Amino acid sequence: MTVRLVTEKPPHFLEFKRVGKRYGDSVVLENINTQVKKGEFITMVGASGCGKSTFLKMLSGQEQATRGVCLMEGQPISEEPDVNRGIVFQKYSVFPHLNVLENVILGLELESTSLTGRLFGKLFGAARKAALEEAATLLEKVGLDHAMHKYPHELSGGMQQRLAIAQALIKKPKVLLLDEPFGALDPGIRADMHQLILELWEETGTTIFMVTHDITEGFYLGTRLWVFDKVRNDPTHPHAWGATITYDLPIGVTSKNLHDDIRHDVNLTSRHQDEQLVS
Amino acid sequence: MRKLVNLQPTKLQTLILGALPFIAVILIYLVASDLRLQENPKDKLLPAFSTMGETLLRLTTEESRRTGDIIFWGDTFASLERMAMGVGISALIALLFGLAQGSFPLVRAKLSPFTTAIAMVPPMAMLPVLFIVFGLGELSKVVLIIIGITPFLIRDLQQRVQELPEEQWIKAQTLGANSWQLMTRMVLPQMMPRLIDAVRLSMGAAWLFLIAAEAIAANEGLGYRIFLVRRYMAMDTILPYVAWITVLAICADQLLRQINRRVFPWYQK
Repeated sequence: MTVRLVTEKPPHFLEFKRVGKRYGDSVVLENINTQVKKGEFITMVGASGCGKSTFLKMLSGQEQATRGVCLMEGQPISEEPDVNRGIVFQKYSVFPHLNVLENVILGLELESTSLTGRLFGKLFGAARKAALEEAATLLEKVGLDHAMHKYPHELSGGMQQRLAIAQALIKKPKVLLLDEPFGALDPGIRADMHQLILELWEETGTTIFMVTHDITEGFYLGTRLWVFDKVRNDPTHPHAWGATITYDLPIGVTSKNLHDDIRHDVNLTSRHQDEQLVS
Repeated sequence: MRKLVNLQPTKLQTLILGALPFIAVILIYLVASDLRLQENPKDKLLPAFSTMGETLLRLTTEESRRTGDIIFWGDTFASLERMAMGVGISALIALLFGLAQGSFPLVRAKLSPFTTAIAMVPPMAMLPVLFIVFGLGELSKVVLIIIGITPFLIRDLQQRVQELPEEQWIKAQTLGANSWQLMTRMVLPQMMPRLIDAVRLSMGAAWLFLIAAEAIAANEGLGYRIFLVRRYMAMDTILPYVAWITVLAICADQLLRQINRRVFPWYQK
């Protein structure tokens, strides 16, 4: 008797096959082929308009790829935002009409399956108490336990981003998307936020994608850095070619020449675009 | 010497400068009234403050021979009731349609052009239609206020909903909100203070429609009264009534403003 072992290779956590995106005649992204393992922290850098944010939007479900497929655990990524993918934007991530605690607890209230939960998005009794405790623990972790009853407009920019991160993490998303989350913060606060996000990442083991303008930040955070850039550029038809991932580097590579090369490429593309805008 | 545009008044100066126009208008009236009354003591055009006071006292205390009500309070109550109903119903309709049109692209595509067109219909031109359809009773006055201000409220609210940052819509969905929860937990609570602001803006128009409707067909009401006594050139009634309507309008505006401040502390302009 022969025993045949059927070994089916488990699908990658995230897989992108020949993914492209175009708006009308203008190609933003083309030919993105890559895989991502669970728990990776990917930072994405590149010149403005090189598709980093578009790529993030395809991950979140705000935009759909016009070519190729994006798979999560072997299934095509959902075409609208859902609880699998948490998100933090540069601003407007939190709800101005809810205080800090209400902002965090919102995610738990919305998922409740009771009729009142579905109708009003509110929790009552024991469920509410448990949710409050969970939210309080998380707020303590991000250092907002002293400001639980403040409204977002009473918080500094850094505190608002801490709140936005806590709000997203309470849903325990499989993927956390960060769209230049620290871009508007002071340098000192930014360093604190780096510390915080690294701690939370290690603790939760969630997969993080982060768009940043700051290459140093890109190298400091994360396990993998992607550079989005245009490989070809047609001066008469600037939108004929899209950007793709030109560098896919494991972090730990700290050769100065490489950093300078990337910086040079990215700056060159930026200037190209500026010149095309002017002409 | 600083430039004029950079000169800031002190607190006291603000108070004085603010009071000055009021004092000036009262003084000019006093002098003009006095001059006319010296010439002709029976002059009705600019009655003395004392005459207006007497008339007002009579209107606020004596019962009407015809109905047994006190005219002034009866008029006030009737007008405020119509106003409250008209504005209240308008706000409710606006909330419903404004939210739906602002939030759902499908509804917006269907109803937005219609609302825009309806908003262009001059409400006063519709008044005869309302009288014919709804009769001369309370209903047609309330309906005139409604068709007068609701299109504005709907369009304003739709605009405010569409001004909500895209980020909020995405964020709420990543937190698990369905369409209904997006409405109840995100859009509606943020629209309430904006609706109150829009109502404050539309109050002036609402008073206009109310007084116009009352002037044409009513048995009581502030607008009815001033148009009624116009026949006798009873400026001693008309002027206090106009002042009273102004006071009511200011009070209503301040009341709404205070509600916004107290109930929605997060709503900062």
